Order: sequence, then C-alpha cells, then structure tokens
Amino acid sequence: MQALKKMDRSFRSNLVTYGMVLLAWLLVGLASSAGLISNSLQGQLVPICTYVVLAVSLNLTVGILGELSLGHAGFMSVGAFFGSVLWLCISGSVPGWLGLVLSMLLGGAVAGLFGLVIGIPVLRLQGDYLAIVTLAFGEIIKNIFNAVYLGIDSRGLHFSMSDSASLGLEAEGKVLINGAIGITGITKVSSFTAGVLLVLVTLFVVLNLVHSRAGRAIMSIRDNRIAAEATGINVTKYKLMAFITSAVFAGMAGVLYALNMSTVVAKKFDYNTSILVLVFVVLGGMGNIRGSIIAAAVLTVLPELLRSVADYRMLVYAVLLILMMIFTQSPQLLAARERLFGLVRRGKGPAGKKGEV
Amino acid sequence: MQFLSYLVNGVSLGSIYAVIALGYTMVYGIARMLNFAHGDIIMVGGYVAFIVMTDLGLPALAAILAAMLACTLLGILIERLAYRPLRAAPSLAVLITAIGVSYLLQNLALLIWGSAPRSFTSVVTLKPLRFFDGQLVITGEAVVSILVSAVIMVVLNLFVNKTKMGHAMQAVSEDRGAAQLMGINVNATITLTFAIGSGLAAVAGVLLCSAYPSLQPTTGAMPGIKAFTAAVFGGIGSIPGAMVGGVLLGIIEILGKAYISTQLADAIVFAVLIVVLLVRPTGLLGKKTNEKV
Repeated sequence: MQALKKMDRSFRSNLVTYGMVLLAWLLVGLASSAGLISNSLQGQLVPICTYVVLAVSLNLTVGILGELSLGHAGFMSVGAFFGSVLWLCISGSVPGWLGLVLSMLLGGAVAGLFGLVIGIPVLRLQGDYLAIVTLAFGEIIKNIFNAVYLGIDSRGLHFSMSDSASLGLEAEGKVLINGAIGITGITKVSSFTAGVLLVLVTLFVVLNLVHSRAGRAIMSIRDNRIAAEATGINVTKYKLMAFITSAVFAGMAGVLYALNMSTVVAKKFDYNTSILVLVFVVLGGMGNIRGSIIAAAVLTVLPELLRSVADYRMLVYAVLLILMMIFTQSPQLLAARERLFGLVRRGKGPAGKKGEV
Repeated sequence: MQFLSYLVNGVSLGSIYAVIALGYTMVYGIARMLNFAHGDIIMVGGYVAFIVMTDLGLPALAAILAAMLACTLLGILIERLAYRPLRAAPSLAVLITAIGVSYLLQNLALLIWGSAPRSFTSVVTLKPLRFFDGQLVITGEAVVSILVSAVIMVVLNLFVNKTKMGHAMQAVSEDRGAAQLMGINVNATITLTFAIGSGLAAVAGVLLCSAYPSLQPTTGAMPGIKAFTAAVFGGIGSIPGAMVGGVLLGIIEILGKAYISTQLADAIVFAVLIVVLLVRPTGLLGKKTNEKV
C-alpha cells in the first residue's frame, strides 16, 4: 500500500487502465466458459477490441494532438488489406499466432507509411486542412481498393486495375484481391485474447507516449502552438509523431478486424466508420484514454441490445456530437456552469482537490 | 474535337463546383470555420426542388426559388443553433460540431426520403447546341451552369465590393474585434454570410442534379469535398479564387476521367489538393497573412 502511494500518479492511473482491460478479459473468459455469453455477443468480442484500439489511437490525434482526422477508417482499410494479403500468402506455412503478428506488423507499418505521406504536407500547415485531407484520403483508399485486382501464382504477384482476367494467372494461381468483391477465403485467426493483447500493446504505447517528454510537447502544441514553437519545440516533428502512431495502430486494428472475417471489402471502411470512431472519442472525452475504451466498448455492445431503434442510431450520434461540443466547449455555457456549480463545489471539500486532472 | 467536348464538360462541372466553393470560401473567410455541412445543404436543396417539381407538379422556377428559400432558412438555423454558441470556442470543437451537423442532415434525409436514388428531372429546357456538324454537342445544362455561375460570381463580387453590407463582411473577415468596435453587427454579418452561402448551395444543388440526375442523401457529400478542394486551390477566402479553382478542378476531373481512369478520377482531384497544400498552401489567388501573437 505504501509502495502504491509512492508511485507516480500517472503511473497509478495507467495501472488502473490496464487492470480494467485485464479484468474485462477475465470476466468475459469466465462468463464464456460458464455459457453466459450469447452467440451474437460472442461475435462482437473481436470488433469491440478493434473499436477500442481505433478509439484509443484516434484519441491520440484528436484529444492529445488536437487535430481532427476523418480518415481513420482509411488507415484501418490499408492495414486490413495489406495484412490479409500477407496472411493469405503465408497461412499455410506458419502457425496462426505468428501469422497474425506478422500481418499486424505489416498492416501497421504500411498504414504508418501512409500517415507519413499525408502528414508531411498537411501537418506543416495550420488550420483545418488535416480534417479535409484525411477525409479525402479515406475516399481515395476506398476507391482504389475497390478497383484493385491482385493475384499470385508460381511466377509471383500479379497486379491489375481492370479485372481479374487481365491478371494473366497460371491455372493454379490464386486471386487475392478481387476488386469490389474484395478479399475472400480468409481463415479466421483473430481471437478475443489476441484482441485484448493488441489493446494492451496500444495502451502501453499510447499512455507511455502521452506521459513522456514527447507527449508533453505534443500537448503543448495543442494548447498553444505559438508558445510551444517559441520554447523550441519542433512542431511538425511532434505532430507527425502523434499522427503516425495513431495511423499505425489503426492499421493494426484493421488487421485484427479483417482476420476475424472470412471476407474483406473496401466498402466496410467508409466515412461512417471514421465518424463512428470519432463519436467514441468525443463521448468518451477528448484526451481521456480510459474514456475512449469505455465508450467504444459500450457503444459497440449497446446497439446489439437496442436493435429496435437501430435506424435512429446514427441520427442520435450526430445530435450527441453537436450537443457534447456545445455543452463542453461553448465559453458562455462554461461560464454559466461555473457560476451555477462553482459556488456549491467551493463550499464542499478542500480547495486543493479542484486542480486535479 | 473529343478534347473540346471534354473541356466544355469540365468547365460546366467546374462552374457548379465554383458556386459551391463560393459558399465555403465566404463562410471560411468571415466566420473562420470550415462548414462541413455545406455539401449536405446542396443535397437538401436538391430534394426540395425535386419535391416541388415532381410531387407538387409546379414549374422549375418555383422549384428553384423554394429550394433557395429552404436552404437559406436552413443555413441561418444551423448557424444560429449549432455554430453561434461556439463562436469563441477552439476550432476543433467547431469542426466537430460541423461534422455533427453534416451527419445529422444526411441521416435525417435518409429517414425522411430513404436511401433509394430518385431520378431528378432537369430544370433546363434548352435544346443541346450543336457545332461542327454535330461533332461537338453542348448540353443545355452545361450552358446554363456556366452562365448562372458567371452571373453569380459577378453579382457577388459587386455586392462584396460596392455595398455597405459587403464592406461589413470584408471588415469582419479582416478583424472581427475591430469591426465590432466600428459599429458593425458581427453576428448579423455572419448570419448573412451563411444565408448567402446556403442560398447559393441550393442553386448548385439544382444545377448538379440537373446535370447528374441521381439524388440520394449522400449526393452532396462528394461534390462538397471537391468544392472545398477547389476553394483551397483558388485560395480560400477569395471569391474570384473560388471561381478559378472550381473551373480548373472541374476540367482536371473530367480530363482525368477521360484520359487516365474513371475509377481514379476522384483520387486525382484529391492528389491536386495535396500538391497545392505542398507547393502553395495559400492557393492560386490567396494572399498570405502574417500571424500576430
């Protein structure tokens, strides 16, 4: 107990976050072996982990860096396609877990590379350009993966932009990506445990980044770019660092998601998916990693339970986005809230507690 | 001859983009915000015109006026309810609100009108013009789009440069605080900007649906993003810039579709955006502003 108290506050808070994820894993494992989890919920377990990773990584861009990315599904898509192509090529020759790890590494790396290519021109600028460029990127990636044909035979990989016949495959060749039909015939290899492990790795990297020197630099850019620049912080470098990390984990989440399905189509990773993840981040609290985890998990399970109102789900999310922003960010409302509740709060408890974050 | 006809198509599509881009650029110049919902206002305009023409059976002119009225009111309403409370908030909050509004409009349209595409009847009754023994055909829609956008551009330029309201808009975009001290009603000016931008979006919606007659809740999203690209290309905040950027972007898109790849035409348009941001972030006609601390 004494040792726990001596620990750094942020370290303690991180432990709570990890503990929460592990506890969820343990509880689900127990409930699953006791047969308490319905089939539909069982099928949601890997997607939940995917969305948690997506939300945590997007929170790094939106909450910590303070830039808006609307192409998170695009990075996910890049990861999903590159990861599943690798998995299709190697699935016969390596054990499942190794295949999953290798696919994730490739998917994450390629997604990170795309993040770099987009980030360099855009993050140099101030203003809202990142939002529109990432939005455009998501659409481009969707268009490209809808039009790509890729096949493999004994002579190697074949690539085409017109149709699968023009690949010129040998008789025993295999079509890997079939245009708008996407990738089919994936042997499922993702599991809930693998998902939880990815969540833990993501949390470990993101939380350590946030509480490091680099993380403080990133947050200082968010809070005041000019002041940060004046203290000698390389703004573009730290912006890129956060954005690329975010892209890498989105790519890995894409691999996790894809290898849990038997088919992957580009249409799945559209604008709506990006917005959904943004909703998780905003409702969980921008900059609050633990909030993202909870929001992503709850909002992925909840629609399953509330099927009758499924039509209104997106409408409700849109309204929530607007209301959240107005109630938490409007200067007049913040001042009014301070007037209303500030007096009550000051009356109770020691004053020192207030500054805690 | 083939090339010439692509060029005309490009200019006509580009002039529609230009009308949309005018709305983006004015709102950005004056309220300093990216109005993501602008593209979806186009879609609403399209649906209103569709209902007035097809369901109520009224003439095209009534449809256009109804669409403009509905969109202007919608623009004012959105500004009032969603954007005004956040006028002094960080730009990220405003941006997320704008996305919320855009998403709200799309999903409302989906609930009200369903996802099935409606086929829009063109408002243009002009016969196609034929040149060189029918080798070059210019559709009536193309002629009307180009003329309408040219007229809008000239009128808007006169309005901004010659009228008192226009001067107020320029002053607010230059320095909001100073404008307020000079007795300009900043809120009213911003509302006016939204009203004009949204009214133009309705015109663009009707032109767009006349040229490409399929109407869906997501109809406005893609032209919206492309028009924003056009606004950045021409220099965001500049009215002639929006026009130049829009027309150039339309030409690039149509030529890309014709000579490179149909599926990658959108990708080419966005590649233009990235190149512009790399080489000349202020756009073709934009002016560089120095940052004051």
